[in-house]
Amino acid sequence: MEHLVVVGASLAGLRGAEAARKAGFQGRLTLIGAEPHRPYDRPPLSKLVLTGGVAPGATTLPNLEPLDAEWRLGSAAAGLDRSDRAVILESGDRVAYDRLLIATGARARPWPDTVQNRFGGVHTLRSRDDAAALRGALAAGPGRVLVIGGGFIGCEVAAACRDLDLPVTLVESGATVLERVLGSHLGSVVAALHAVRGVDLRLGAKVEALEDDDSGHVVRARLADGRTIETTCVVVALGAVRNTEWLSGSGLAFDEGGVDCDADGYVLDTDGRSDRTIAAAGDVARFPHPIYDGRRVALEHWGHAVAQGAHAGRLLAGQASSPAYAEVPAFWSSQGGVTLKMAGLTEGADGLVIAQGDPKTGRFLALYGRAGRCIAAVSFDSVRWLPAYAEMVAAGAPFPPIHGAVDQGRLRVLPPGFPKEDER
Amino acid sequence: MSDATLFEQVKDEANRVDPYPLFARLRETPVSRQSDGTYVAATHAAISSLLHDPRISSETLPPADRPKTGNPISDWIVKPIRDRITDTHRPFIFRDPPDHDTLRKAVMHEFTQKRVQVLRERSHVLVDEILDRHAAARSFDIVDDLAYPLPVTIICELLGIPTEDEPQFHGWATQLATALEPDTMADTEKRSENSRTFETISTYMTGLIKEKRRHPKDDMLSGLAVNGVPGIPRMGDYDLIATSILMLVAGHETTVNLIANAMLALMRNPAELARLRDDPARAPRLIEEVQRYDPPVQFRTRRALADIPMGDVTIPEGADVILLLASGNRDPAVFNDADRFDPDRGGIRHLGFGGGLHYCVGAPLARFEAEAALTALARRLDDPRLQADPPPYRPGSALRGPKHLRLSIGGIRKA
Amino acid sequence: MPDPNPDRIGPSPSPDVSRAAGGLRVTVDLNRCQAYAQCCYAAPHHFALHGAEALHYDPAPTAAARDDIERARVACPVQAIRVEDAGRQRA
Repeated sequence: MEHLVVVGASLAGLRGAEAARKAGFQGRLTLIGAEPHRPYDRPPLSKLVLTGGVAPGATTLPNLEPLDAEWRLGSAAAGLDRSDRAVILESGDRVAYDRLLIATGARARPWPDTVQNRFGGVHTLRSRDDAAALRGALAAGPGRVLVIGGGFIGCEVAAACRDLDLPVTLVESGATVLERVLGSHLGSVVAALHAVRGVDLRLGAKVEALEDDDSGHVVRARLADGRTIETTCVVVALGAVRNTEWLSGSGLAFDEGGVDCDADGYVLDTDGRSDRTIAAAGDVARFPHPIYDGRRVALEHWGHAVAQGAHAGRLLAGQASSPAYAEVPAFWSSQGGVTLKMAGLTEGADGLVIAQGDPKTGRFLALYGRAGRCIAAVSFDSVRWLPAYAEMVAAGAPFPPIHGAVDQGRLRVLPPGFPKEDER
Repeated sequence: MSDATLFEQVKDEANRVDPYPLFARLRETPVSRQSDGTYVAATHAAISSLLHDPRISSETLPPADRPKTGNPISDWIVKPIRDRITDTHRPFIFRDPPDHDTLRKAVMHEFTQKRVQVLRERSHVLVDEILDRHAAARSFDIVDDLAYPLPVTIICELLGIPTEDEPQFHGWATQLATALEPDTMADTEKRSENSRTFETISTYMTGLIKEKRRHPKDDMLSGLAVNGVPGIPRMGDYDLIATSILMLVAGHETTVNLIANAMLALMRNPAELARLRDDPARAPRLIEEVQRYDPPVQFRTRRALADIPMGDVTIPEGADVILLLASGNRDPAVFNDADRFDPDRGGIRHLGFGGGLHYCVGAPLARFEAEAALTALARRLDDPRLQADPPPYRPGSALRGPKHLRLSIGGIRKA
Repeated sequence: MPDPNPDRIGPSPSPDVSRAAGGLRVTVDLNRCQAYAQCCYAAPHHFALHGAEALHYDPAPTAAARDDIERARVACPVQAIRVEDAGRQRA
């Protein structure tokens, strides 16, 4: 009997396994997960879980299809032996496969100082256990929370702190929050939203070191300019690192940015040849995106994990009719009662227009262009217009795209304000 | 190329009983130009796309034009002013953002969970009362006896219309519902008639709003008149009147049709009726399937603010665009065996309540009213049989539904 | 006693294990969600909008909520709600 092994028991792995079953795969199915938990949903972890609206343990994902699978939870993969077609676990156990789905995802990038990193009160936020620990710390009512990093997780954590009426400082080394994804123009719209809600924003600032008390618990952070912030609760939100180390020696092409895939979704070896027994999906998969001229991207998006997971599952089940994976990247974030949703990727954008609404009112839709084409759209509390713009992004419509829309001011192309390439 | 008079045929009363074969022909061209210059979107994909297209405007109502009275002061001074006021204070179903958003937000603010839950309970009570009143009957008209009285009462209770004034609202609602028909929009005489009804309700509402301001109660009209939404200006009287009338019109005939169309589908699928009797929890999926299979609102008219390319066709700026919701709901590209009534088909992404910015405000209420009606009918009607199949239909093609749905019954069981 | 978490949705949070018997699992595809709020009316104890478009939902409702959750699921105009019986065989 054929054996399909899925390494990574989170969203992409689960949806991949389900899709394989749905596509008629009748062999053995094994899911290997580093964490001891059944697959769970992560988005609530940085939002409702932190404010106590949802228990950390309550976000276990529904199975959409009967799986009939073996689960090896709490046992991380440590190696891949392609010549022998086996996954090697930390315990030394070998799990033989005929087909393999790599969905090991990513982990939070830790605070770079390995000593300070272990201080009590220093958190990252990626897993359910991380969220439970941080929720506990926030519920205890720290005098001030320090968030390091103004990306989505950092902003959502800061917003959750304000929801809980906790004093919070957010330190971001860039010119404003969300600069890498939205550019400084819209990033500053988000920054203003947080400032109004009482977040102490330190933009263009850098945390130099964390300092502890005698017991090894963090008590303050020292900034590069010499100023200090007294805090007993630090959230390090510096982005993610892909879980690819276990692929060392496998002969596959990977680095900390992901494992390379071909257009179908099969992984590539270091010579650029596809291994048609192995596919990858989710955060860890770096694949050529058809709507971005085949540029390789690895996306940390919920919807992407679902769609690409399912695509890889069908692929490994031998469903030949699977069309190439070409979903428009999409994600959402809600911060302080405002919801922003994005379709497309802003990378390389050279222009921005406010297509509808007005940032002053808090409800608007903005479009990003690159070399005369629409590449991304973002809605702020205006999601019902987004599908139309997502279609334009998918079609590579000319930028700026449309005139004569309802609630549209004069279209002015603005500089989006992305940091230079070497700062990204 | 499809026949450019197909939509003309849809509007033709001769096709009221079953317009669906015409829709199938219209779907052969996702967006087709009709001989009168309107464009009809007939596939699920085209309609969905246009519902979210920012170049599509809802400001399609022709300018107000009250009938002349013969009195020069009325006709030459008062009338133009009032016509202008009416134009600037259209109900938000005929408005675009940002005004649409402001008005709708105010309404949503008052359309609270609590109010809806109270009316949900009330629907069950009202339905049982109606059926109790007909306990001895051997014939029951779903439309006249149940589907008509229920929604008006519910809307009146939501708004806070005094019970004694309710009966006159039945007549007004029926008259004004014709405003959504394309033929009415094009017909000066019919529009005049609507204007007169509008005047009558306006006068009534002006008085009622004054009363609500003086003695606010826990109802929507008081909330809109007195509280408003934090951060946005409180609705003025003209908008308040337009909004109340909209709620009345939009919440009435649509719900009548939903209940009647649903019961018709159940009578034609007796196994489904039996299953509903045994398991009332099936009602929600059944209602969604009715909204797909035979929706009360068959189409809506919008206007293109710019040229809109849709595949091979470009809708030109200024054109009227018919979003044929009921056709999208039968699109075989989205629904397997689309012409079959099947509440268990799962994932019913129907267009019955529209979509995008103008998605039906009252949908939650419509669902609860229909659930109350259908579960009670399934439980309490003994041996129901259709007296006529097809039943007679009312003339409207946009709001389409039976004029009567008479059943012969063995009796009505106790609640 | 006032609710210490006004933000909270659904019954009080409890560990995964105690919910497993007879409870439900819910996820909403929030990419797809367009804040039509139909779920909020259908199952007000389990879905709520915060601000204009941020949907908060209870991912682990008890079995008692089954009918309301089902109402919410079928009413969703974009079919973004997924529900599963947590008690079902999950191998």
